[in-house]
Amino acid sequence: MSGLEIENLSMRFDLPNCSSVQALKDVSLHLAEGELLSVLGPSGCGKTTLLNIVAGFLAPTEGQIRLNGHTVTGPAAERGMVFQQGALFEWMNVRENVAFGPRMAGKRERDWAGTVDHLLEVVGLRDFKEKAVYELSGGMQQRVALARCLANDPDVILMDEPLGALDALTREKMQSLVLKLWKETGKTIILITHSVEEALLLGERLLVMAPRPGRIHKEYRLPFADLGVGEDLRTVKKHPEFNKTREEILGMIWDMEEEIMGRTEETQ
Amino acid sequence: MIVLLIYVAIFVASFFLVKLLVHKTTRDFTARKTVTFGDESAVRPNRIASVISVLTIFLLWGAFTGSSWVPGFLHAPGPFVGDATFTYTAEAEGAAPDDATVTVRVFPVGEDVEAPEVDPGAGWAKDDSDSVGAWRSGLIRVDRNDGYGRDEGHTVVAVNGEPIAPGGEVITEFGRVGMSPKGTLNFEPRKGWQMEPIWLPPPEAVLARLKEIAQDGYRDSTLWEHLGWSLFRVIAGFFFGALIGIPLGYAMGLSDWFRGWFDPIVEFMRPVPPLALIPLVIIWAGIGETGKIILLFLAALWIMAIAARSGVSGVKISKVHAAYSLGASKAQIMRHVIVPNSLPEIFTGARVAMGVCWGTVVAAELVAAEKGAGMMIMVASKFQLTDIVIMGIILIGVIGFGIDILMRFAEKALVPWKGRG
Repeated sequence: MSGLEIENLSMRFDLPNCSSVQALKDVSLHLAEGELLSVLGPSGCGKTTLLNIVAGFLAPTEGQIRLNGHTVTGPAAERGMVFQQGALFEWMNVRENVAFGPRMAGKRERDWAGTVDHLLEVVGLRDFKEKAVYELSGGMQQRVALARCLANDPDVILMDEPLGALDALTREKMQSLVLKLWKETGKTIILITHSVEEALLLGERLLVMAPRPGRIHKEYRLPFADLGVGEDLRTVKKHPEFNKTREEILGMIWDMEEEIMGRTEETQ
Repeated sequence: MIVLLIYVAIFVASFFLVKLLVHKTTRDFTARKTVTFGDESAVRPNRIASVISVLTIFLLWGAFTGSSWVPGFLHAPGPFVGDATFTYTAEAEGAAPDDATVTVRVFPVGEDVEAPEVDPGAGWAKDDSDSVGAWRSGLIRVDRNDGYGRDEGHTVVAVNGEPIAPGGEVITEFGRVGMSPKGTLNFEPRKGWQMEPIWLPPPEAVLARLKEIAQDGYRDSTLWEHLGWSLFRVIAGFFFGALIGIPLGYAMGLSDWFRGWFDPIVEFMRPVPPLALIPLVIIWAGIGETGKIILLFLAALWIMAIAARSGVSGVKISKVHAAYSLGASKAQIMRHVIVPNSLPEIFTGARVAMGVCWGTVVAAELVAAEKGAGMMIMVASKFQLTDIVIMGIILIGVIGFGIDILMRFAEKALVPWKGRG
């Protein structure tokens, strides 16, 4: 079977005081090739844990993950990851950062130079190739991170709040860029975010997760990502369906937060 | 005390003078800040103050040593030099009290001077003459040429008309005349406020000594050999310390077994000052080069190990994760992520280690060495060659400062990403 299969995934952390935290419970999901899934939920719902398990940085206590039929046991180049911030290598310039994957795979410069330069062109950093990454703004750094991930040509791209640290204006531009890259490359993408608006704009499918234990609460299939490829994102946001769904999800998350607060008050 | 008062006076006076005369013409951002008290970034060193500060040190040094670099009117009062005179009144059994004059020629130490010729004069107490070096004192046996000796009860009862008794003193315009418990006069010419060269030589004497030692050497070695040996020991000790310490630190940062094994050793050795190891190293390896290099190796080793370990621990996990998910192997992550990421920390450690090594080598040479900057000043101090001691201290300071500047340059050139992660 092709695509990404997540089967009955559970994750329990044992704490030093003999109690344990159920970060994920019985999460199952199938992601077809080329689908863009955004994951939303209050803090502590296990979004990042889920992403780390898919990336191979954590081994689940139960369940398994299969990509294109084979089981995931650790990190590999087929599953690229884009982090929120600070994952670029300051001792390399922009071009060396983007070429990191191919270079580590032992490819020669003439084999990767074309791809890398094309990607730098696509993310709008052609004139910044030779710059040190710490000389770039936060938005530009995230473009480098995106290009670096794409240069390795992974099957799945995992994004852990990649736009979370950017200002509102830059964020909007980057959202368009993510959509454009998704459409152009046809990659399977899982995007974790805190912003309901971003999840709606970018997610072809949207997963709302609930905490304690971390589980899938509700799933949506949304038209906005496809609309956003051709249209201005601000026009998409004016869509009546967009506002309706946003209010619904906000209410949902709000209720979850209230429930958590109530529960902690009870225990106190 | 007077020096401190003058120093404070110059500090305050130059502050007001500079504020009055120099109006800041800078119109940069800081100049527009209204809140500067408490804003550390708005406090930048006033370079005029730095220049005045250095000049003041040399001015005070010159003024209180009678330096030829400082114009004469700025000199602190020097010691009295020339012919000093005072009169004494002597009594003896069966004779009327009689007065006589003593002429003392006070000369700069080092010159060959004879006591002045004086006419003995009238009366039974004859005029005397003697010579005393500046800053020194001398006994003057005024009874030697008098008509009555001590056997006849010769006693001095007054100096310049002021009564004096054994253990007492009279201050004259040329200096102090004291009387020993046995009744002998003791003349101590006025010393003034200047320092004697054996305590503090004037700056030009230090410079002259520097030229002399640079040309002729000291204790069978040239100045460059002394300094070169000290530097060689530091570099050799630091090199071996880094050679072992950095891999050790990496191993401690990457493996739980290594960390567990070496943690107690490193944590115990770190607070032991290298100076405390000198006696043991001398017992084990003697005072030769091996001992010195072992000592400096030990001084640098722990610093470098701890720097490398914290460099590894400081790597952001997202960088390592990113490298893994881009398909890098463990060796590639070591080479392309962990090592470059730890370089800033290692450079900081290297700067500290170089400073510690330089201090330790001087101390080790003070204890025992045949060549070296520390040995030079130690031997010179035994002969009270204060000018060599001061010259040595200045050179040690300049070299230590130079090492630090070089390390900073190297750091800027090799790890430009420091602090930008």
